Amino acid sequence: MSAAAAPTSMTPPAAPARLAGLLVEFDEEHNLVEACRRVRDAGFTRWDAHSPFPVHGIDEAVGIRPTRLPLLVFAIGMLGTLTGLGLTTWANASEWFAPQNLPTNLQGYNFLVSGKPYVSLPAFIPVMFELTVLFAAFTAGLGMLALNGLPNFYNAVFRSPRFRRATTDRFFIYVEAADPRFNAHSTATLLSQLGGQVERIEEPTRVEQPPRWLFTVGIVAVTLSLLPLMVIARARVSKSREPKIHIIQDMDNQEKIKAQRASPVFADGRGPRFPVGMTREQPLGTTVARGDAISLKTDAHFFEGRAGGDWATAFPPQITVDEGLLHRGQQRFNIYCAPCHGYDGTGNGTVNNKGNSGERPGWTWVKPLSVNDQTVRDRANGHIFNTITNGIRTMPAYGDQIPEKDRWAIVAYVRALQRSGATTIDDVPADKRSELEKR
Amino acid sequence: MASISFDYDNTLEDPRRRAPLVIGDHDYKSLTDVVCGVAEAPRPPTAWFVAFGISTIVLATLGAMIAYLFFSGVGVWGLNNPVGWGFDITNFVFWVGIGHAGTLISAILFLFRQKWRTAINRFAEAMTIFAVICALLFPGIHVGRVWMAYYMGPIPNQMAMWPQFRSPLLWDVFAVGTYFSVSLLFWYLGMVPDLATLRDRATTKIRQIGYGIVSLGWNGSARHWHRYERAYLILAALSTPLVLSVHSVVSFDFATSVLPGWHTTIFPPYFVAGAIFSGFAMVMTLAIPARELFGLKDIITLRHMDNMNKIMLATGTMVGYAYTIEFFIAWYGGNLVERFVFVNRAFGPYAWAYWIMFSCNAFIPQLFWIKKVRTNIWAMFTISLLVNVGMWFERFVIIVTSLASDFLPSAWDSYRPTWVEILTFIGSFGLFMVPFLLFCRYLPVIAMAEVKTVMPHAHRHAAGSHGHTAPALTEVRA
Repeated sequence: MSAAAAPTSMTPPAAPARLAGLLVEFDEEHNLVEACRRVRDAGFTRWDAHSPFPVHGIDEAVGIRPTRLPLLVFAIGMLGTLTGLGLTTWANASEWFAPQNLPTNLQGYNFLVSGKPYVSLPAFIPVMFELTVLFAAFTAGLGMLALNGLPNFYNAVFRSPRFRRATTDRFFIYVEAADPRFNAHSTATLLSQLGGQVERIEEPTRVEQPPRWLFTVGIVAVTLSLLPLMVIARARVSKSREPKIHIIQDMDNQEKIKAQRASPVFADGRGPRFPVGMTREQPLGTTVARGDAISLKTDAHFFEGRAGGDWATAFPPQITVDEGLLHRGQQRFNIYCAPCHGYDGTGNGTVNNKGNSGERPGWTWVKPLSVNDQTVRDRANGHIFNTITNGIRTMPAYGDQIPEKDRWAIVAYVRALQRSGATTIDDVPADKRSELEKR
Repeated sequence: MASISFDYDNTLEDPRRRAPLVIGDHDYKSLTDVVCGVAEAPRPPTAWFVAFGISTIVLATLGAMIAYLFFSGVGVWGLNNPVGWGFDITNFVFWVGIGHAGTLISAILFLFRQKWRTAINRFAEAMTIFAVICALLFPGIHVGRVWMAYYMGPIPNQMAMWPQFRSPLLWDVFAVGTYFSVSLLFWYLGMVPDLATLRDRATTKIRQIGYGIVSLGWNGSARHWHRYERAYLILAALSTPLVLSVHSVVSFDFATSVLPGWHTTIFPPYFVAGAIFSGFAMVMTLAIPARELFGLKDIITLRHMDNMNKIMLATGTMVGYAYTIEFFIAWYGGNLVERFVFVNRAFGPYAWAYWIMFSCNAFIPQLFWIKKVRTNIWAMFTISLLVNVGMWFERFVIIVTSLASDFLPSAWDSYRPTWVEILTFIGSFGLFMVPFLLFCRYLPVIAMAEVKTVMPHAHRHAAGSHGHTAPALTEVRA
């Protein structure tokens, strides 16, 4: 390397250094393209053009052959399609072809859903498609980096301070000294004729290495990071009498009712009890059990009509007897009770009349007791509530159909019917009596 | 020179000449200075600090709500039978939808040679990444036992259980997962040359090493650019069907069920149009303050805004068409339950939500027919905000009204979100804004290498003119 070879050298020659290549800078991209053609025609092979953005027409000027990347992307993309197909059929439809002596957690099986075929190809297409795109896209991205030799944090051109503008607004051609046609003198002359400034890039003969302790730290860190994996792998193949460690104490250890066991959930410690009501509770407005007193039906007065070991005579405190309740009770009574009991509660409902019509000889029908009957009048509110809930004689239970609050409303309406059933002419205000007498 | 063309109105349509995409008479150097200046400024604008402070508090709220949810269980949300999907899935679909604009701008507009995309694609891609993170959060935390969320993936496990691949919920895992990772790759690879610019301009050791590592040693080699451009084209070609597939798959979650109001074949295209619509609205919402704040008005010009508004007008009209045709089919199909559900949507207990949705998404964007509205910053900002609101309500209306009143009146019930759900939704904006603001501060917000290829400067030389002033701009003005 003679000193005359660098007519426009910018860097002072450093101590043991060798010429790595020649760099020439341009201001405008069209100058770069022109220059590239001349360098290409001069027969150089180990050289490159550098620009802050892809310059139009540079591929032809540099003589870049089309990349193999698309082929690679296609191949790996197809592999993605097959992976998708394999994964879906393996996991959901593999009993008929897969070997059965695999570890349990790797075995696939036939997954029957709604009688659909095990290999439901149309339903597997989304997964196949997504995996195709995933594989292909990562091949395109990482493959591009790999073919470009990136990441690569060292390049001799980075030694030039001027090259820093290669990513902003300047254009460069760099010819490596390793090129077979490279000649420090003639190549520099050629490059200087292209119109740019030529710079000698020199690199030390001994490349600086990272400090040695960095390697030690790296090896130790990698070894340590493998330890947890090794412990897990060992735990998977070994047996132990100790219970498993559960980081999240999920459903294995929770306070719940188990058959024939005491339960810490309830004050009396009793586990076995009636199941939580599964019907839709209108007044409570929820299907999921929330809150003890309501969902577990511990309030005997409200839910069963009992008070102190006997039928409750009063309405429960949750119920306010007012006009609204009576109207609700009337409406429910007319829906659920009137078909047999009749709208007035005397027992002359449609079903009853049909049953006693004699249309079908041999049929017997027990007429429901009138609400005005003395036995019914004497019954406590809770007793009538219980009759509605559980039924009596041929009358079925209505507890599953009518929510508690509505049953109490019906009880209130039955009381109203009894009141009206026992009226005499004396109960009617004097000025209205004449209207009744006319009838 | 600069002062002459600075306020040049590039929204004018002059058939004799292509309107410039970068104004302000920039050359490569000054453009790089402007864009890198955002990340290199010793101190960001005060508004950035205010926004970052608020976003951090909002993000902390999200963290608190999620912690509360994990410790107490999903009972702290207002979900119950029959409305088992409420705010959680509404937010999921909302965020996934917003995440569609990035890849649409990067990929589809790239394939269509829409060169104006270069100014906004980086921005929109970043938005996509952070929106999809928000989206992924919601299905993850709504599963009840979050520590079992890994069961969604096909992982060999000790119970020898595999997911059910005929379920659209599993397709979702694959579609959104693929979308997220491919978008991240696309975003990062697109950024590598610009990160190299930041590396080469770095003045401190830390910046040099940091940007040096993430730019992977990029040196702008022509051979690298060749493979890079090819890879970018392939990624765009792969992302285009991907972006269309993702929201189609999300719509399958609904369309493959038998629920009235969900079981319709129009859902995939309707959802995709809605996603693009909402995504562009969010790009507008973010781009308008950002271009003011960081001085990017020469690069994200009024013409870009105008173009985005036109896309919003088009997709908004498609969405409006979908709303209408759903009604027509509900009547024409002759299915009583279907008909009821749609009448109930428009006039039932959730009518308020329905009409917010309809007016924000279908009616208000029609204002974009007027050019004065399309080029007025305040008008478009307001409309983009309203579209965001409307698109959130679209998902709410679809999910909640159909679940609340399906076939049998005995199974009906209403849905009311709890404060936890509302704060979780608000908190997700923190998860979106905090990384976005950090992106604006530390990464190249504009795809500089791509903008340079569409600058009037580049075209002038490509055309062979050797002048050193900027005749292209001034001539158009004259």
